[in-house]
Amino acid sequence: MELTDLTVTEAAAALRRGECSSRELVSACLARAREAEKTVRAFVELFEDEALAEADAADRRLRSGAAAGRLDGVPIGIKDNICAAGRPLSCASRILSGFTAPYSATAVERLRAEGAVLMGRLNMDEFAMGSSTENSCYGPTRNPWDTARVPGGSSGGSAAAVAAREVPAALGSDTGGSIRQPAAFCGVAGLKPTYGRVSRYGLVAFASSLDQIGPLARSVGDIALLLDIMGGRDPLDSTSAAEPAAGPPAASGGGVKGMRLGVPREYFIGGMDAGVRGAVEAAIGRMRELGAEPVEVSLPHTEYAVAAFYIIATAEASSNLARYDGVQYGYRAPSPGDLLNMYERTKSDGFGDEVKRRVMLGTYVLSSGYYDAYYLKAQKVRTLLSGDFKRAFEACDLIAAPVTPSAAFGIGEKTSDPIQMYLSDIFTIPASLAGVPAISIPCGFSGGLPVGLQLIGKQFDEAAIFRAARAYETATEWHKARPPSDRARGEKAAVDSKRGA
Amino acid sequence: MPVTRKDVEHVARLARLALSEDEKERFTAQLGAIVGYVEKLNELDTEKVEPTAHILPLRNVTRPDTARPPMGREAVVKLAPKSGGGFIRVPQVIE
Repeated sequence: MELTDLTVTEAAAALRRGECSSRELVSACLARAREAEKTVRAFVELFEDEALAEADAADRRLRSGAAAGRLDGVPIGIKDNICAAGRPLSCASRILSGFTAPYSATAVERLRAEGAVLMGRLNMDEFAMGSSTENSCYGPTRNPWDTARVPGGSSGGSAAAVAAREVPAALGSDTGGSIRQPAAFCGVAGLKPTYGRVSRYGLVAFASSLDQIGPLARSVGDIALLLDIMGGRDPLDSTSAAEPAAGPPAASGGGVKGMRLGVPREYFIGGMDAGVRGAVEAAIGRMRELGAEPVEVSLPHTEYAVAAFYIIATAEASSNLARYDGVQYGYRAPSPGDLLNMYERTKSDGFGDEVKRRVMLGTYVLSSGYYDAYYLKAQKVRTLLSGDFKRAFEACDLIAAPVTPSAAFGIGEKTSDPIQMYLSDIFTIPASLAGVPAISIPCGFSGGLPVGLQLIGKQFDEAAIFRAARAYETATEWHKARPPSDRARGEKAAVDSKRGA
Repeated sequence: MPVTRKDVEHVARLARLALSEDEKERFTAQLGAIVGYVEKLNELDTEKVEPTAHILPLRNVTRPDTARPPMGREAVVKLAPKSGGGFIRVPQVIE
């Protein structure tokens, strides 16, 4: 096995046992990234020198025999909307060009406190607005499984880098599916925690009542470990919850025997890709064999979720993004004229098309005369959607569903039709509006492209998600599948080692 | 309610966006389509439903009122695209 194949848990154990050094591991990931980045373009920036220096520091700690952090020497990538002190940050937007984060996100601080090495910044849709990572000022990231296709979004760089084995794990953010959908498209695991589980301090705000930081990795155990490290109350985010943590990852080994698995009929709809549907149904069948009890449930307001989301999220975004006006940070239009002109030109030059569209929509639904008809209405529908989940969870312990109606679509396929792009999030948006936790784990293929299984839990019950996901992962091999470009490399390595022998 | 070009110009002014003619035309059509789509919500009777602003049952979260070291003026001013004399510089506001 190559170093770049190690999961976070395996790498941390190998480092503690002295089987490899952090410098070796980080160098292997950097070498892998240099190769993969020729086609995938997941990273906006690799922190090569800093990562190697941090690796050396981790190696000194590990050799000294001092108590090692749980991530000591393990490289992790971060989405380009999560602050790391002293490092550039852009949200893949021209409007933040030249910006350096003055402080670190609490999630990043907590990873660092356990010894994690920061590998670099990962590409995304501008300000996390998008489902394909095509709305980036750096250009699109490509899906490692098929470079003519999108990796999903908005955390497309995070998912692609983990799938291409450039890093064992990465942080993303999820507002309406931005971790789960790219995880599904790229064949990795990705968790949107319960709203409030992970501090949002240092995450650049898109829609504050929905945004959550979460991990992407190649094993459920890694996801549980990273959540355990990042989660918990933070005085710097008044919406971070004091709820006890999901528990140590080892506790997620209980299995699914007797667990009632809700299957929402509204998530198996006409127009869905048959391969995706087949893979998800087979996964639910496999979980039944493992002892889970599937029960049909109903989430009757599902078809209204996308409409409610695009009112609430854009309303919050129009307020959050007002701050990018050329005064305090980032880009300012040259020869700005008077103050009003400076605001207008800075925003118009600095924001991309989708961000402008959403700021316009959000401003429209909040504007005088329209607030009740759109924003208030959407907030009421949000109540109905939350109620759907509360009622469903009276009949089940966990909900199993597809993550997306289709596998990864082609680059450019949906860029000209915003509504079609928005509808690709139809199965991930409801859990975001209800604030409940949800994971995507690999569960098969459709036309050679990965398919994700979504497991949605009750508020603050990530433990149930991990128990079921771990049981499924243990019984299947999907999470071990490698993208073709990477497979070719793996086969070449095998041939080379035979030649060497 | 159809979105007109005049609506787009009004909203762009509120959002401090200077749109090109091409953008005005495109956004009029696209916002019209999106607003048309979200009117789907009117199929639901929400007369007796309370709005949800936030899913957590949080009210007035406070923390001890103790001083902490601030980020510091220099660090803040350094982030600005234009500064001088310890201040952020902007075009003249008052004649």
